[in-house]
Amino acid sequence: MDKDEYKKLVKEMSPKEPKFRKAVIAFAVGGFVAFLGQVVATILQLSFAIEEATSYIWLCIFTIFISSFLTALGFFDNWVSKCGCGLIIPTTGFAHSMTSSALDVKKDGLITGLGSSFFKLAGSVLLYGIIAGFFLGILGVIVYG
Amino acid sequence: MIFFNAFLVGGLFCLVGELILDNTKLTPGHVTSLFTVGGAILSFFGLYQKLIDYGGAGATMMIANFGNLLYQGAYEGYHNYQLLGFFSGLLVKSSAAIVSAIVFAFIFALIFKPKD
Repeated sequence: MDKDEYKKLVKEMSPKEPKFRKAVIAFAVGGFVAFLGQVVATILQLSFAIEEATSYIWLCIFTIFISSFLTALGFFDNWVSKCGCGLIIPTTGFAHSMTSSALDVKKDGLITGLGSSFFKLAGSVLLYGIIAGFFLGILGVIVYG
Repeated sequence: MIFFNAFLVGGLFCLVGELILDNTKLTPGHVTSLFTVGGAILSFFGLYQKLIDYGGAGATMMIANFGNLLYQGAYEGYHNYQLLGFFSGLLVKSSAAIVSAIVFAFIFALIFKPKD
């Protein structure tokens, strides 16, 4: 391929590049979070002799603690905007959305601010998760017995 | 190799999320809700447990696992307490995630000040 062809190819590819790059970053960061999680879960299983399912619950609590803490310190907003879904889809995103909305509304008071707007961002996950779980659960009992 | 599988499964979840986020007008709130419901649907077809068996933490750390746990809670709740189980069992398995998120978010919100 000569120079002109190459330039043409570059021009064709370049507008797509940010999307492609964001997708790669999301894959890499999400994978890395899962990898770290698996390391923690395996350590828990081996050194405390707890069951696999229980280790994942502990892992979930650790993840939520760490991402809540980092959100409160102020790092996490920046990381989330850089890594996109790499940090939104893991449980880190759930904890981040709760903590950041809690911090934002704190100034409006404990009841009228924190209390009433605590689930502003995480509420939709809870609502639609519970609705889906409830009706699919009924459907599951009907289908599978 | 469970570590590599975890990377792969976790990465693929996030990749799909990012592709939805970038190519549609949906917000992160939409995507996480979609994944939660998607997890419940995968769980309904018995696929989510296979994903966990294959990818370990790569599947259990994702928000989709929340939907999986809610479905499992409702389904197993029925087998333990019949009709009442749909109501009393739904949140049993996901309680750890919900309670810890609420407690930590509350504590940190009280202690820390918003950055900007």
